[in-house]
Amino acid sequence: MPKGSVAITTERCKGCGFCVEFCPTHGLELSSAFNAKGYHPPHMISAEKCSGCNLCGMYCPDFAIFGYKYPANKAKGEAA
Amino acid sequence: MSTTDFVVHNPVEDLLRQDRVPTIWCPGCGIGTTVNSFAHALLGQDIDLSKTAIVSGIGCSGRVSGYMNLDSFHTTHGRAIPFATGLKLANPELTVIVYSGDGDLTSIGGNHLIHAARRNIDLMVVCVNNMIYAMTGGQAAATTPGSSMSTTTPYGAFEPELNMPQLVDAAGACFVARWTSFHVMQLERTMAKALKKKGLRFIEILSPCPTYFQRKNNLGDALTAMVDYKKRSKIKHGCHTWETALEPGGDIIVGEFVDREREDYLTRMRRQLGSHYSEFPEQTEEEISEGACSEC
Amino acid sequence: MHADQRCVLTGTHFINGDAACCEGALSAGARFAAGYPITPSTEIVERFSARAPQVGGLFIQMEDELASSIALQGMVWAGQKSFTVTSGPGYSLMMEHIGYAAITETPCVFVDVQRGGPSTGLPTLPAQGDMMQARWGSHGDYLTIALTPNSPQECYSLTIKAFNLAEQFRVPVMFMMDECVGHMTEKVVIPKAEEIEIYPRRLASKPPGEFNLFEAGEDLVPEMAHAGEGYKVYVTGLTHDKRGYPVLNPKAQHELVTRQFEKIRRAADELTIVETEEIEGADVVVVSYGITSRVAQRAIQMARDKGLKVGKLRLICVWPFPEKLIRELAPKVKALVMPELNMGQMVLELERCAGGKCQVISVPHAGGTVHKPADILAAIERGAR
Repeated sequence: MPKGSVAITTERCKGCGFCVEFCPTHGLELSSAFNAKGYHPPHMISAEKCSGCNLCGMYCPDFAIFGYKYPANKAKGEAA
Repeated sequence: MSTTDFVVHNPVEDLLRQDRVPTIWCPGCGIGTTVNSFAHALLGQDIDLSKTAIVSGIGCSGRVSGYMNLDSFHTTHGRAIPFATGLKLANPELTVIVYSGDGDLTSIGGNHLIHAARRNIDLMVVCVNNMIYAMTGGQAAATTPGSSMSTTTPYGAFEPELNMPQLVDAAGACFVARWTSFHVMQLERTMAKALKKKGLRFIEILSPCPTYFQRKNNLGDALTAMVDYKKRSKIKHGCHTWETALEPGGDIIVGEFVDREREDYLTRMRRQLGSHYSEFPEQTEEEISEGACSEC
Repeated sequence: MHADQRCVLTGTHFINGDAACCEGALSAGARFAAGYPITPSTEIVERFSARAPQVGGLFIQMEDELASSIALQGMVWAGQKSFTVTSGPGYSLMMEHIGYAAITETPCVFVDVQRGGPSTGLPTLPAQGDMMQARWGSHGDYLTIALTPNSPQECYSLTIKAFNLAEQFRVPVMFMMDECVGHMTEKVVIPKAEEIEIYPRRLASKPPGEFNLFEAGEDLVPEMAHAGEGYKVYVTGLTHDKRGYPVLNPKAQHELVTRQFEKIRRAADELTIVETEEIEGADVVVVSYGITSRVAQRAIQMARDKGLKVGKLRLICVWPFPEKLIRELAPKVKALVMPELNMGQMVLELERCAGGKCQVISVPHAGGTVHKPADILAAIERGAR
């Protein structure tokens, strides 16, 4: 049961890879898909490990991703 | 999210002018990363955001003021600090933050930085140091280290680089710190601490410029720079600022170097002036037109 | 509205022009100033640094004129009236921020007590060599308003006028004194506060969310909101739209620059502020400003004593130049004579506006002292022939 998840605004992403590199649970990778500007935005590869710590959000220079925690008593099983 | 009964919201968004995002910054530019730490630090405070102003000069980092949903002032090159000085002195209720780059604050605006620190004006000054003039296309700066390549040092730089913390410490700032854009959590805590202090607080943040500094010097992309910061950084809180000089490939000394109590400009002015200073309560239009005693 | 009586030193004083300018600023409601010492302007801020704390204000002596000229604009955006004071070399350093005040429509006053130049020139001696700089000094296209007092009394009253015009048009106003007027001591009468008209700042009439900082109404002058009032103002020196957001294209540039020009241009009649004497039926009219107008007065009298029909036109507002007035006057006279303490600056405008309809005779002077009345008289006699 994951403790949290991430929300991604793919169109803002410039594909720097900071979120992928610094995710403590290594739960992200850059997608092979392109956004409208031709960058590869990240996607989750192991949603179950996400703690919603928001380190990805702290690193993202483009405000394109952030992590959030599920409310303690209502943890959800799905990723964004 | 199928059945969310809580709101998924990035609090940083509240501090951004939504109609101005995406930013002009290059992919991998670290300036936006520093904004996250700043936004979280600001949101974690008991500060009235409608009485918070952000002032920038010119350059890539000078664009920060224009993305923040605060009172934003994008001034002339190098003059963010004197503008902010006027703003703060004429309305001491404001929280005033100067957010700009290394070229802006230490070269063209270097004298203002020295004197703001000397006066201990109640400003928080954030200097994003990407070690190059990026907005104009990668020229050498006062902060360009060692023999780095830039468009104006095609055979390698040979001017010695400036150590900002030492300068600002010597001039009298009450708080001096340095982090890199890798240190997002530490930076947030330092900014939060600095926001609560009164006087000139100075925070330098090393930040990658993949388009110019990294590329011209074959230092890889922004991610490589961030990993490099992680490897080379040594946290030394309270260390002497003369020990914090940056050398190419050497240790990057980070931490909170100076945290001292010193009267800020207005406090000292009030103390010195004593009874020569009179409060000036706002008058109503009626009181003004009555003009009770025009002989005094 | 009227002046705040707490700031007005009502009474009859024997003070110099610099001191009078300081009192004018206080009467106008300026309680904050930033500056850097420079002869012959320093007495203004010396007095202000003593007077301002008495009314809850302050003078900050900045590290240079670049800093003073932008610090004062910080003070304005914090909600105060503010000004700075300098002389030629400092005025040159301030040019960058006169441009910033113009594009950001920051109401403020720059006082220049002119001395001989170029460069360090004659620090303690008079000149009027910065007149073109007051109009053209900063790069790019903008218009300014410039006033020239010729007595300590006017240093007081026109300083108030300068602040009023700055607020009315949301522009930087140049107050072009000279060393003689600044250091001349004469009687200065400061009226009661209720007799002093103050043009209040044109504050936002709409709430945050509906208000645009650079959206102008019919008179093309936008209303203003300050930092800390909840408007989240965005002020930039870049070309911007009505919200203040940078828009870097020809359309935005055209809209911004033409509006900022037009707001002054269309007020040309209101800004024709002159003093005239016997210009109807005159053969020669002496056009002058500042301290030179007082020497000209003597020369005019000498010419009249010789039976010549000579009129006096004293420019009080030199920028915008009283173009319409000169166009109407030129065909009616034989000559316009312009003495000035420079090698011929405003006379270029005079020639342009006269358009060849009469002789235009320049009486240049490199500065350091005032003209000899005889030199002006000789020019008058030449023009009357």
